[in-house]
Amino acid sequence: MDSQAAAERSYQHIVRAEGISLSYGKIRALSGIDLAIGRNEIVGLIGDNGAGKSTLIKVLTGVVRPTAGNLYIRDEKVDWTRYSVREAHRLRFETVYQEKSLGEKQPLWRNIFVGRQITNRFGFIKVAEQRRIANDILKNQLGFRGVGIDADSTISKLSGGERQGIAIGRAMHFDSDLIILDEPTVALAISEVRKVLDFVRSIKTSGRACIYIEHNLAHVHELADRLIVLDRGRIVADIKSGEMTLEELTKFLIDLQHGGRNVGVG
Amino acid sequence: MSTHLSTNGAGRARGLGLHRLGHVEGLPIILVCILLVLFFVIFAPRVFLHWPIYFSFLTTVPPMMVLATGLTLVVAAGEIDLSFPSTLAFSGFLFSVCTTSLGSPWLGVLAALAGGALVGVVNGLLVALVGVPSIIVTIGTQFFWAGTASILSGGQSDALQQLDGTAVYEIFAGDLFGFLPMQFLWAAAIAVVTWFILNRHRFGEHVLFIGDNRQVARVAGINVVRETIKLFTIMGLLGGFAALLLTLENLNYFSTQGQGYLLPALAGVFIGGTSVFGGTATIVGTFFGTFIIGMLEAGIVATGIAGFWVQAIEGVIFVAAVTLHLIVESPSKLKTLGSFVGLHRG
Repeated sequence: MDSQAAAERSYQHIVRAEGISLSYGKIRALSGIDLAIGRNEIVGLIGDNGAGKSTLIKVLTGVVRPTAGNLYIRDEKVDWTRYSVREAHRLRFETVYQEKSLGEKQPLWRNIFVGRQITNRFGFIKVAEQRRIANDILKNQLGFRGVGIDADSTISKLSGGERQGIAIGRAMHFDSDLIILDEPTVALAISEVRKVLDFVRSIKTSGRACIYIEHNLAHVHELADRLIVLDRGRIVADIKSGEMTLEELTKFLIDLQHGGRNVGVG
Repeated sequence: MSTHLSTNGAGRARGLGLHRLGHVEGLPIILVCILLVLFFVIFAPRVFLHWPIYFSFLTTVPPMMVLATGLTLVVAAGEIDLSFPSTLAFSGFLFSVCTTSLGSPWLGVLAALAGGALVGVVNGLLVALVGVPSIIVTIGTQFFWAGTASILSGGQSDALQQLDGTAVYEIFAGDLFGFLPMQFLWAAAIAVVTWFILNRHRFGEHVLFIGDNRQVARVAGINVVRETIKLFTIMGLLGGFAALLLTLENLNYFSTQGQGYLLPALAGVFIGGTSVFGGTATIVGTFFGTFIIGMLEAGIVATGIAGFWVQAIEGVIFVAAVTLHLIVESPSKLKTLGSFVGLHRG
């Protein structure tokens, strides 16, 4: 009920982080992260391995709790003691983790509804209804026509791009206002990558916000409204679309790495 | 769609059609079971053409079947429980002591179930909260509870003949219409309910996802810890119930009554086709798998092969079935095997 009301109200930022820090023992994974995502903004999150991208996402989606800092969702402050994956789901945040979003051996209809099953009051799943909706998502939302995939197909039969599509389609079906993609194009064939990028565009068209973690600069540069660069747990750049060409961005990141190395040595 | 995709899709569509044809759950294992009965009918007609042998199966298989049904859920979650033989002893003891010392078999029924649930909760807490692998935890608790039962009963056995003909006996081990053993009806009912829980209930789906991929389950918002504890508790409860059926059928409790159930119950699950790796499971397969295991002993003896062959044959069938299911599940394993053999040739 809360989430309904919250969604109807107008808000400026779907999510805003304020001074988020997180340490694992002596290791500082995140330090002083300030970040705000608009309600229909696609934000690319880039940075080297270990820069803290995944950790930041985990904080935003309630998987881990930070050591310090505040989080505002739809401009309202989050109570950390009550924040969890389930709560993030309820607030219509959806994460599409690389390789971790779908149960390989399970049919599509289970994967779309797992954790949010349509059940009767004894907890028994209404399979026919879930199947019907799953088929509807496949045909009408994702355009999986004539590719031999239906609600009963197991995930292991799908290509990498199709899997990302299912996960994104699931997020849109549950009316997520923020969809987080964790390197969705890693290890995909070029034709598959194009499909995934189209899915990402459909997120923008449908009026939602998206945080897009990506290794491939070309992909993210092409799509994002804004790019945020993380380096060793800090935000080091916040670049609006059009402010930098792909070449400039690439050079910037290489310089950053070299600079980092110098600092590390000195 | 690109041409690449559509050709791919056509192939998949054909695959789906075939899939539908063979979509009766556990069909291969049902066929194997029927073939086995036919085999015995041909080679031991004097035994297998008459009802008593089947009646005997329907009284001896149920405890094993109840255990195997619970184990199917546990294995589906990618876990294992090796402590159930001790539950048979511990819960059996609780039932027996309530009956003989307190004179209340109904209290005994409750105590047996509660004892089983206790075994299960302890397993579940250790696996889910402490994070000890379930194979290690349950080997440990197997020793502990079996030992506890021995200590408490002083290693003695208890004759429970006085229960013959009482309500408790009739309900759990009597015969319906004089020819259908009650314990079989119980076991079958539990199998049906468990089928619905596994395939149609939220909890069953959570179990399947936990077995498929723990990370995915967690990300999907499944409370893995809570569901794991619940899972082991159900297994313990079913162990307690199996103990009840066993003790009442024998009308006798002895502290080693769980011995000999470990392999057959597990074999029933794996012969039935439940994946060793978790994530998929078949209750129908377990149902018939348990009967195959239950029939083998009597069948082998009846066909005139000496009794001491039984264990060896059971072992071979167990390993063969698991290997076969594995190859069907992931044909790439066959390639690995092939190249391994090829390597040796070269």
